Amino acid sequence: MIDELEAMLRPPALEMAPYPPKFITLASGEVMVVRQASIDEVDTLLEVIDPLKHLHRDFYDIVSARLYSELLGWKVHRVRNEYCLVGVIDGVLAGIVNGRMFDERHGISYHTLALKRGLRVGAHLFAAKMEHHIEYLGEDEVWIVAESPIGHRRWMIEYPLATKFEIQHELGGAPSWVLTRETYFKAKPRLVVGTRPVPQDLLATSRPIKKPDLRTMLVQVEDTLEARL
Amino acid sequence: MRDVAIVGAASTPFGRSQWSLLKLMAEASHAAMTQARLGDRRIDAVCVANMGSARNNRQAGLASALVDRLNLFPAAAETVENGPASGASAVKVGFQAVASGMSDLVLVCGGERMREVNNLEATEFVSYLSHRYAEYPYGVTLPALAGMFARLFMAKHGVTAEHLAMVAMKNHANALLNPNAHIKMELSLEGILHSPHALMNNPFVADPLRFFDCCPVSDGAAAVLLAPAEMTSDLTDRPVRIAGIGQATDTQAVHERPDPTELTAVRIASQRAFEMAGLEPKDISLAELHDAFTILEIAQSEEVGFFKRGKGHIALAKGETQIGGRLPINTSGGLKAKGHPVGATGVSQIAELVFQLRGEAGKRQVKDPRHGFALNFGGFGNSVVATILSRGF
Repeated sequence: MIDELEAMLRPPALEMAPYPPKFITLASGEVMVVRQASIDEVDTLLEVIDPLKHLHRDFYDIVSARLYSELLGWKVHRVRNEYCLVGVIDGVLAGIVNGRMFDERHGISYHTLALKRGLRVGAHLFAAKMEHHIEYLGEDEVWIVAESPIGHRRWMIEYPLATKFEIQHELGGAPSWVLTRETYFKAKPRLVVGTRPVPQDLLATSRPIKKPDLRTMLVQVEDTLEARL
Repeated sequence: MRDVAIVGAASTPFGRSQWSLLKLMAEASHAAMTQARLGDRRIDAVCVANMGSARNNRQAGLASALVDRLNLFPAAAETVENGPASGASAVKVGFQAVASGMSDLVLVCGGERMREVNNLEATEFVSYLSHRYAEYPYGVTLPALAGMFARLFMAKHGVTAEHLAMVAMKNHANALLNPNAHIKMELSLEGILHSPHALMNNPFVADPLRFFDCCPVSDGAAAVLLAPAEMTSDLTDRPVRIAGIGQATDTQAVHERPDPTELTAVRIASQRAFEMAGLEPKDISLAELHDAFTILEIAQSEEVGFFKRGKGHIALAKGETQIGGRLPINTSGGLKAKGHPVGATGVSQIAELVFQLRGEAGKRQVKDPRHGFALNFGGFGNSVVATILSRGF
């Protein structure tokens, strides 16, 4: 039961189709389960993200700080129509992506955070996010901005996305780009991979989410030779 | 000519660095010098290998800057630029100075800080190695040259994508045993080639070469300290002798070669090094080859004379080039996974041989090595330096 005032504070929500889990064999041979996270897992995600808010390397600070607030907003029902997908390797969290439905036709891409680098975890999860918007939520287009040069290379150039500078993306002033259904299906054979269904025993390894070792994660994310010393 | 020994060898970790280029080089140099019992002896000369500091780091005159940084006044200082073969070229210049009697103690340091610029600029910078009028204006990059070379070589000798992947997997596995390696990641054949997800994990860069067939762009530095044979007993208990050096040049434009799949300068430089050392390929205990692209390790292993032409990939598939195999190749992880800060690479290859010959290579140690071979390959095989080191005197 929620009280009357709280009900007024909560945004109305659209019905959202679930994202069916899939698995991806990474370059290392490790298998990453990609699945939808539930609200009761947000606290674990926030604990993992928290220390990254202070890491300037490759704009992890701004991406982490914003992702933290978006997931917190989702948990306390202050963001409308949000979802979150996670990548999990051997039960350990390897990456997070999130976004939301703006309306039935338009999706908003929020953030992509890779916790394990060098295996294209971020690229796989971003692709899963686009797959969710276009194929499962049934939207016509997704509005996207990049907050790091890596993101710009991975999304704007690699897909490639079209400009949509005339709209104001809700992440701020960066010019917005767009993924259309046409762009998505052209890029899909190259960039969107994964196998379904996920065997039950493999899927079971992804719950509950285990937090990565903090030092290992920070060294991975910092990705400098000095961090290894 | 005097015999020349390496009495100190060191490397920084390779990867992405926040340190300045000079700081990287000073760290490697200091570590190499402190291995020798120098006492109050002075370093006579400093020879630096670097390819692009003036462009990428806005720093020129590196050698004199390093002398200043390390307070080695009034040591002679000079910088050698010979593309990605700069490192072994600088060691050769240092060797000549000691062998001739002109200098006694010569510090050779190779360093590069390539991650100061973005990867598009780094690729552009390396493509300056191509022919200024016949290749560069048409957009030829080093990955493009390697892709064309790979296509011809694979068709001619029956090398497959699996063989290329085996090179990558072997060198990534070796790099996991090397604390200084840039890439610390195991690869699986399934993940990079056979899985339905492999194309996304390992996309084509220059068909048939994929992402994991190419070396990373790295920062790093390595250094060796050279001394004449008669001084070595005072300086170290584990001297390593520079037994042979060979160098050769081929046409700059690859299409001008009678057979573009033959790396003539590799063959000639290697023959010259073996002749000087009085050794043959069968005498070599381990080799560091210039695997900027996986195909090059296979091709070079044949041109050097380790395997017959067209048989390098077969030896690879049999495991002969793994640690524990008949001829371990790229125990350090090679350029492929240890990393490739271009000016540092040749010195780093020689440093790896020193670590191995002194028995200091830790988990990647080859059993009882006596002679090591390094091949430093500039441009697309147009400038090559081969170096042979031997344990003790």
